[in-house]
Amino acid sequence: MRILISNSSPDPIYEQIVRQIKAQIISGELPEGAPLPSIRKLAHELQISVITTKRAYEELDKEGLLDMVGGKGTFVASQNQEFMREKRMKLVEAKLSEALDDARMLGVSYEELGEMLRLLWENES
Amino acid sequence: MTDQALQVSGLRKTFKGFTLNDVSFSLPKGYVMGLVGPNGAGKTTIIKLIMNLIAPEAGEIKILGLDNRKQGVEARARIGFVYDVMPFYADVSLRDTKRAIAPFYPKWNDALFQELASSFDLPLEKKVKRLSQGMRTKFALALALSHDAELLVLDEPTTGLDPVFRRELLHGLSGLLQDEGKSVLFSTHITSDLERVADYVTFIRNGSILLTETREVLREVWGVVRGEEASVAILDSKLWRGFRRYPHGMDILTSDASAARRALGDGVVVERASFEDIVVLLDGGEVHHA
Repeated sequence: MRILISNSSPDPIYEQIVRQIKAQIISGELPEGAPLPSIRKLAHELQISVITTKRAYEELDKEGLLDMVGGKGTFVASQNQEFMREKRMKLVEAKLSEALDDARMLGVSYEELGEMLRLLWENES
Repeated sequence: MTDQALQVSGLRKTFKGFTLNDVSFSLPKGYVMGLVGPNGAGKTTIIKLIMNLIAPEAGEIKILGLDNRKQGVEARARIGFVYDVMPFYADVSLRDTKRAIAPFYPKWNDALFQELASSFDLPLEKKVKRLSQGMRTKFALALALSHDAELLVLDEPTTGLDPVFRRELLHGLSGLLQDEGKSVLFSTHITSDLERVADYVTFIRNGSILLTETREVLREVWGVVRGEEASVAILDSKLWRGFRRYPHGMDILTSDASAARRALGDGVVVERASFEDIVVLLDGGEVHHA
């Protein structure tokens, strides 16, 4: 698990943790059942308050992404496959619409954009 | 059983020219609290009262649920204590100092001491007087930790340490807290110490507690409003926790940065409050209005 905390970011630290763990679960980097460091260990490693890491884990637990097993530790929850696919599709959609916004700003036409996408697709495969 | 490592309530102690007045705060088990304030604010007095080295005129202190005066011996056996100046004999080696101290503690764990000594790189054969300030602090910390103390009380542990050593020490301290049963209270006048380890921060000035709050809330909820006096001073006085005027504007410490942002809109800057901002701006709790 990789987590980078930015102190200059306007986002609260617990949110930064939630976002990064969530992204790693959705991308599959953190697979189902993978153990996470304890609240205290993570706080120590990131040099943040135990209260903050606790809050982040609780948030992820509430969303059903983590299982906090009392006395045993915290694990990535088993995910509903369809739910995961939907989440990943949303991610693709979000990135596409971001690209779309940039393209519009530069005055790129729909055809040009389609051509760009086709080229990228063919290059990758 | 109690889930509080330390409960301080209504403490009063008067010295010539200094009064510690109605000091109350509590530290839940498993957390670190930083006691911060300028020199002479009363930090060491509070710690001496906790250790029962001096008697209060009023108030009470509970250590892990035990009254620190009525059950003092039992309570103190469960505290690990690091003074800023440790009373060691200068001409005695660390190993012999340890041998002299260990028998006082029923739960002394020599294996743990050896482990800490090696992880702190303590030269056990050297005499106390040959140690640097940092090494002396680490030695005191190793001793304090080796009798299975549940509450660590450290009076200015970082004073006199260079920044690298200081960070190492604080990091080591938070590493020791992997065991939830342990708690730490440390005093400091260096606000950056708090940014690394404290879960709770208690601000003290002139013998009074100004504020005791979690680091999480201070970082994520509090803020500093900066701008021209005319545009910032219209902020609802309920949100003020202190202010300072400058030739070109004004800083207001607020306990709700997002409310301040909504209320004041553009034209003012609302930033995260650093611990230094809080120490400088925090007032005695009463609301001052410009």
